[in-house]
Amino acid sequence: MAMAKPIATTRSAAGMSTGKLAVWWLIASEIVIFGGVLAGYIMHRLGHPDWAYQAVHTNTMAGATNTFVLLTSSLFAVLAHNAAEMGDGKKAAKFLYLTVGGAVMFLIIKSFEWTYEISHGYTITASTFWAFYYTAAGIHAMHVIVGALIMIWVAGMAKRNVELQRVELIGIYWHFVDLVWIFLFPLLYIAK
Amino acid sequence: MADAAAHAHGEHHDHTKHYVKIWAILLVLLVISILGPELGNQAITLFTAFGIAVVKAGMVVYYFMHAGDEPKYVHYFITTALAFMFLFFFAVAPDVMRHEGTNWRNDAAKEFIASEMAKHEGEHTGHDKGTSSGGAHH
Repeated sequence: MAMAKPIATTRSAAGMSTGKLAVWWLIASEIVIFGGVLAGYIMHRLGHPDWAYQAVHTNTMAGATNTFVLLTSSLFAVLAHNAAEMGDGKKAAKFLYLTVGGAVMFLIIKSFEWTYEISHGYTITASTFWAFYYTAAGIHAMHVIVGALIMIWVAGMAKRNVELQRVELIGIYWHFVDLVWIFLFPLLYIAK
Repeated sequence: MADAAAHAHGEHHDHTKHYVKIWAILLVLLVISILGPELGNQAITLFTAFGIAVVKAGMVVYYFMHAGDEPKYVHYFITTALAFMFLFFFAVAPDVMRHEGTNWRNDAAKEFIASEMAKHEGEHTGHDKGTSSGGAHH
């Protein structure tokens, strides 16, 4: 029997498409990765009152602006999913490109923020606080870059009404990236 | 919400207004978490920072990721991953957060923290920069 589509998009022996199951499985593994970093940060922060003198130098407005940018990009991602469910691939692609725009904006703000901090001596080796700061935000930024690249690829297919189910899959991943930032923001920028 | 593929033939309704409403609520929560520390009360800051982060995360998971519509076993393996995170925290945190216990004492950490606190408390300019030895205290 000839397969019209890759098996991950059609098979649903697990009660959901295999592609979607893979995304949720990926997220479970990401929870362990980010959870380890965040739990490590929290236990060190609670044991080291001196870190308050380092944390005071993070830029709350930059963090807040990036939270706004990611929340808005998540809205675009879910609107892309909404359009895909209605079978409107062109509209879904448009919203995915807007989501990518959010990712680019996030990275631009982050690069300005890091440039300022590094030029003022707050480098990854300056103290354990800054080591955690750059590691956690750096791993997160890598996820933003990877997500944006995949989204461009998915949008390219979506605008031709091809593989529309992938719009939802990349959306789930993107919301998770947003989710991680929702916790990084208060940890690194608010609870000083 | 079920797979996009299953709904790609016109049975699906436009939920744009609903999603925009959720986004607006998330932004209001973001503003509250930014303004929380302005009240100068640590308990309120903790609530507005982390309590609201949990609410925001819950809203994203439920309304944007539609996790509630996934099969139960997805909930189980996601919860298992979270449980491992908490297991890691509660197993390791006592040694990291405390600097002495029964039959042990981390003098290096205590001395490091004391010297950092003394150094920064002596400064009033607020322009101090990180100069510690990169985790030598652990």
